[in-house]
Amino acid sequence: MPKLIRLVGGEFVAEDDRFTNVADDESAPKGDVIISLTRFQSEGDALLADGRDIGVRIEAGETVDALTYDLPRISLVALNFPTFRDGRAFSSAALLRERYGFKGEVRAVGDVWREQARFMVRCGFDAFEPVDGSTAEAWAQASGDFRHVYQRAADTLEPIYVEREAKHGL
Amino acid sequence: MYRYDTLDKEFLADRSAEFRHQVARRLAGELTEDQFKPLRLKNGLYLQLHAYMLRIAIPYGTMDVRQLRQLAHIARTYDKGYGHFTTRTNLQLHWIKLRDMPDILDALAEVDLHAMQTSGDCVRNVTADPRAGATAEEVDDPRVWAEVIRQFTTLHPEFSYLPRKFKIAVTASPHDRTAAKTHDVGLALKRGRDGVLGFEVMAGGGLGRSPYIGQTIREHLPVGRVLSYIQAILRVYNRLGRRDNKNKARIKILVAQMGAEAFAREVEAEWALIDGSQVDLPDTELARVRAFFATSFETRPAISSIFESAKQEDAGLARFARNNVHAHKAAGYGIVDVSLKAIGETPGDCSAEQMEAIADLAERYSKGEVRVTHEQNLVLPHVALDDVPAVYAGLKAAGLASANINLVSDIIACPGLDYCALANARAIPIAQDIAKRFSDPDLAERVGELKIKISGCINACGHHHVGHIGILGVDKKGEEYYQLTLGGSGAEDAEIGKILGPALPAERVAGAIDDLVEVYLRERRDGERFLDTYRRTGLQPFKEAIYAEAH
Repeated sequence: MPKLIRLVGGEFVAEDDRFTNVADDESAPKGDVIISLTRFQSEGDALLADGRDIGVRIEAGETVDALTYDLPRISLVALNFPTFRDGRAFSSAALLRERYGFKGEVRAVGDVWREQARFMVRCGFDAFEPVDGSTAEAWAQASGDFRHVYQRAADTLEPIYVEREAKHGL
Repeated sequence: MYRYDTLDKEFLADRSAEFRHQVARRLAGELTEDQFKPLRLKNGLYLQLHAYMLRIAIPYGTMDVRQLRQLAHIARTYDKGYGHFTTRTNLQLHWIKLRDMPDILDALAEVDLHAMQTSGDCVRNVTADPRAGATAEEVDDPRVWAEVIRQFTTLHPEFSYLPRKFKIAVTASPHDRTAAKTHDVGLALKRGRDGVLGFEVMAGGGLGRSPYIGQTIREHLPVGRVLSYIQAILRVYNRLGRRDNKNKARIKILVAQMGAEAFAREVEAEWALIDGSQVDLPDTELARVRAFFATSFETRPAISSIFESAKQEDAGLARFARNNVHAHKAAGYGIVDVSLKAIGETPGDCSAEQMEAIADLAERYSKGEVRVTHEQNLVLPHVALDDVPAVYAGLKAAGLASANINLVSDIIACPGLDYCALANARAIPIAQDIAKRFSDPDLAERVGELKIKISGCINACGHHHVGHIGILGVDKKGEEYYQLTLGGSGAEDAEIGKILGPALPAERVAGAIDDLVEVYLRERRDGERFLDTYRRTGLQPFKEAIYAEAH
């Protein structure tokens, strides 16, 4: 069963991953690859020249600001959660979407659980590699079970006070 | 008071349903304790020495009668008939069963209460001045801002997995009753020279094992921009705060290591890039929230002849009036503090019957409102002076009329080793010993304002660092010892106390407090509080009194 879940047109679907995740000490195979930030900075141009899609893996301690000018050239940013408790990737995702206008895939990798699904979706993640065996259905349920939110984020939900104004025609 | 509408209620119902589902998964064995822990913590549920402990949020310490009665009902039905008010103005129930939790959350939701974010590495319950809306000192109502900050930070998707917990306090008076400078972020409403309302933003305060006083990172932030500024602070902290060591993960360490100026520059740079129109609230929404906090008062004479003559006849009432009744902004009204520090009792504890008695009094005499202070007392904020004798009588009947606010027996203590898995030593019995030693109310009044704060371990939940006298429980080869600090303050003149000398065994603590008080009474000059005398004389005379015999 594919372990990648993607959010496509508002639906969560399980998909086979067309990207190969490549460690720094491995040579890059043919096809689409996800590589580290350091490797992208040294080999990115050459790999892109092959005509393939490139994803960049950002560790929790790295900043997405380093990618700003390269974002139009890359297809995917994978943000790593070294542990469930480490929330730095939430800010990275929010910045990619809100500040840098990144339209490609933002993927959650590492210690990824369904309990974070809603927060991840709200911060702009649209692909997930859960470690808890979640199905696409479980992911959809976990991310969609609240009717309201109290603040804007990278998703399209409007906060409660906007809903309220609309409701009362203010 | 802020009132939930259908939308707020649906939000809470969804949260409650989510946790019910998670508890079911845990009880069915689908989640291990390790997996369940971060989920239950986000709902205020701790596993302690004897049972689960539930920490219920009381946003900015403000409750109405219906909420307090429901808390009494929950304490009676699901716990042992009492609760414990904390320094975060929350209510803790210490004997909870996991299987009851979903029903308890539903019962809380019925009265617009919850336990969200009372634990875990997220933005905790926002606190505010317990005299908000009642004191003439304030330049604005801090509850308006505390409420919008509460909403903004509730289940914030970006800031629910911070490096560590995050506490915000809002004050609007020159006299700070929130301990703003010991918070991760302290917000003080002030008018600028041009009369415009703004926040002084302080960051990086905190107690625990490395105490710091918060530093001002912005003198005057336009009030309407507070949410985007908080977002900037949280984002900088989320990205740069340390995650390698739990003890160095609070924002105070980041601010101290970067320096307040560099931290402030980082925040300002981030803030400049945030689109405020997406984050800050429109004036219509601020006005909607503000309207909930409007209270009207009848026109009354400034002096109440009923109150004045009752005081003449009853020395107990007169004492209560001197210590527990404070000036109100409306003529003929008073702010009545209800001490949860009866001599020999556990500081902050309140029985279900007492909660109901206070609720009845609030309904009749205080416009239905009750507040919780970070010093673990309650407040009836709007009592007509004519009614103070009746309120006093009602409190007395419920065992709640201790006239000791800000006095030596008004002690803050954490639950300590009697309940807490982290503690090194007991805190409650030490508080009880000291209170008993100063049970003569004339003596206590002669000593005047003296804030004693006791923590059972270095995590400092009892705020010992900022006690005029601080007491910290330590473990010495399996024995409970107590280290004394002097000169701390959590108010606008915030300061971390200095260690007096080697730790003392439990049986010597109350006697040592007695000795310290004697030094003060001997050394003090006109009008000086204990803290003022200490600041003038320094540690030496106090040190001699405690340790002289050892030399």
